[in-house]
Amino acid sequence: MIPVLSRRGLMLAGTAAAFAPRLAFAATERRFVVIVLRGAMDGIGAVAPLGDPAYARMRGDLALSAGGPEGAFDLDGFYGLHPALTTLRELWTAKNLAILHAAHTSYRARSHFDGQDQLESGGDTPRGLPGGWLNRALGALADGRSGTRAGLAVGQTVPLILRGATEVGAYAPPALPGLEGDFAARLGALYAADPVFGPAFAAGARAQALTEDVLGDEGRRTAMGRGRFDGARRASGRLAQAAGAVGKLLADPRGPRVAALEVGGWDTHNAQGASAGRLAAALREFDEGIAALRDGLGAEWRRTVVVAMTEFGRTVRPNGTGGTDHGAASAAFVFGGAVAGGKVHADWPGLAERELHENRDLRPTMDLRAPIKRLLADHLGIARAILDRDVFPDLAAAPAFRGDLIG
Amino acid sequence: MTAHAAHAVVRFGLGPRPGEIAAASADPRGWVFAQIGRTNIPAALETMPATRVRQAMIAQARAQGGNAAVERLHRQEWRAAYLRDAGLRTRAMIESDAPFRERWVAFWSNHFSVSAIRPRVAGLAGPYEREAIRPHAWGSFADLLSAAIRHPAMLIYLDQAGSVGPNSPAGQRRNAGLNENLARELLELHTLGVDGGYDQSDVRELAKILTGHSLGNREEGVEGEFFFRNRMHEPGAKTLLGVRIREAGPDEAIQALRLLAFHPATARHVARKLARHFVSDAPSEICVEALARTFRDTRGDLSEMARAVVNLEDSWETPRGKIRAPNDLVVAAMRAVTGDAGYAGEPERLLAALATLGQAPFAAPSPAGWPDTARDWIGPEGAMRRAEWALALAERVAAFRHPQAVFAETLDPIASPATREAVRRAPSAADGLALLFASPEFQRR
Repeated sequence: MIPVLSRRGLMLAGTAAAFAPRLAFAATERRFVVIVLRGAMDGIGAVAPLGDPAYARMRGDLALSAGGPEGAFDLDGFYGLHPALTTLRELWTAKNLAILHAAHTSYRARSHFDGQDQLESGGDTPRGLPGGWLNRALGALADGRSGTRAGLAVGQTVPLILRGATEVGAYAPPALPGLEGDFAARLGALYAADPVFGPAFAAGARAQALTEDVLGDEGRRTAMGRGRFDGARRASGRLAQAAGAVGKLLADPRGPRVAALEVGGWDTHNAQGASAGRLAAALREFDEGIAALRDGLGAEWRRTVVVAMTEFGRTVRPNGTGGTDHGAASAAFVFGGAVAGGKVHADWPGLAERELHENRDLRPTMDLRAPIKRLLADHLGIARAILDRDVFPDLAAAPAFRGDLIG
Repeated sequence: MTAHAAHAVVRFGLGPRPGEIAAASADPRGWVFAQIGRTNIPAALETMPATRVRQAMIAQARAQGGNAAVERLHRQEWRAAYLRDAGLRTRAMIESDAPFRERWVAFWSNHFSVSAIRPRVAGLAGPYEREAIRPHAWGSFADLLSAAIRHPAMLIYLDQAGSVGPNSPAGQRRNAGLNENLARELLELHTLGVDGGYDQSDVRELAKILTGHSLGNREEGVEGEFFFRNRMHEPGAKTLLGVRIREAGPDEAIQALRLLAFHPATARHVARKLARHFVSDAPSEICVEALARTFRDTRGDLSEMARAVVNLEDSWETPRGKIRAPNDLVVAAMRAVTGDAGYAGEPERLLAALATLGQAPFAAPSPAGWPDTARDWIGPEGAMRRAEWALALAERVAAFRHPQAVFAETLDPIASPATREAVRRAPSAADGLALLFASPEFQRR
């Protein structure tokens, strides 16, 4: 592991802090992205354990066949990748995709909302830790004066994973004309003393300035003058639009280093399907988003690690309506130019009845936080002591993840 | 006294219309109380077609062209119907002379959320609110729960309609089974709350109890409407929260829903949500317990609950710190500028604004409904979009509404000196109105 050489590192190693420029720098040039898959992705549907003797029997109509355009792509003779995940297939072949399977937080009940809370807070109980683990990791990267430079939330509000003491910026594909300077200044003054709107507006104005600088008119053009209501429609390609822009922002030297995105559509209680259906549609949107993110990052892709994770998996057996209900372990994806991939990391628990969690769910055999902790250490260079004390305080005593995810 | 009236109108209503604060000033509390129990349907909603009319659209398409025709319908007429419903509902809120009632209906509609994100639900969400929520909003919680759970929109949204008891005749014949989606959300979101003391086995047992709650077909004579289908119902006794429920077909659910509706955990869960909605993001335990006690004492009488909310000391003493959700912000701005000057605000533009600000009508992101605290709505991007929207609206309205006139009817009794000055000194009418709409006081209630 080569130590991360950074301007901040050089500065600290150099002479006097009095020469510190007004602009702060994140302590890394590496890029790190988290995609939260909200709604419980079916890990067995996305990464099928084709070699498990119970697979076809337990999955019934939801089972993928092996090979062919409709079938799963053979990863390693045991696992197969869902056919909709064509970008991930390329990344696998390039050894830039690692998969974590039968992975889970320590949450074992089945509420989406509590499950996502634990996924994002990184704690051992729902609502046990106040902010998100990614924000606490940012605290170790940013020097506290210009968090906008280090962390970026995609969407109108900051998701729990990025909430906390370190300020973050935000980006959403814009839909309205921007604010003209004099009005923005007047409103900024009116908000100055407001505990909610003051910091949010200031951070939003800074993020907007950067966005316009990097993306030019492109972002603003997308929806301006649209006039037509498009609210409740599941905009296909919406993730791709946001991810492409986020890739460009991350690639910019002045841009953020860390970003969090989210995508829904995973709560497949009915009509889940195998090679086609609701799950395939969600996977396709996800995969298109990955391609857009990679393209947006351009040359910086080689310094990028992306983690895509979900709050829990789904029942192994189909339910009564061609779908699956809330389960336990699922799969997670680790990919990017900096990833040493081509491997499924798993202590596979098996799909036969006696091997399941509560005779219904994939048994969790890996705490998702362990590999994430390794990534934060190996990729972003965050010290072990900070990871134990600040980022994942509930995990300090647990054994470390032993696989290598970074080349 | 005017400040007191403005507080009542802002906190419990949808933002003052011209003259509303003056009308409430003689008796602010009485202004709210007078709306409790008013059941008349707003004029705008009377033209909204009934659920059965909408379900007939689906049935007709299916009869003519199967699932392909239904999907085509979803993209065209069905979607157009949703947009009309959304426009009517927004108009009803803007025009309402009983804004507390509209808040109360919207609260329960959100508590029992269905979402147009599922295309099949889009054309039913408006009728659902009008038929299942509105008529019961001043009645008993148990009746409201029962009506919400049985409505086709809910049966479809949470996948109940196709859930089959594995040992029922239908289950035996086609190897079908349970879907536990509605059962889980009913316990977690609608009644007990996530820490309400149920476990996975209760979810399964409730899912079994609910089997058979489905939609009728043509032969059954109630195509697309609620129908209890016995041959889908799981036979045998069930045990919910330790209570044994004997096999009794549809009566099992009646017993189970009453058990849940009157449960003390439900009282706490509902009390906390109401206090958070009307008083503060972090309501005091005293508030929550006072409301929970009323819920228990009155067996969930929702008119009594509404009075209890208004009678909370904190409802009057706690500063107006709740951030208006986008829907209520847009509605408040429109209420402020409509009236005799007559800016109607085209429905498409209003709906576009709501979507842009993150709250398209009837389109909550999950079965938990729309979130209800400041941090759910105000991030950097959210704050910017609100400001941009305020400016865009102000530029359209400035030609016929003067900022000082709007200010006098809305913020005057409650504005900070900074807001008062900012509006007064604005370089143009548009900027003045935009600062008014974007001001901290207008964004809150």
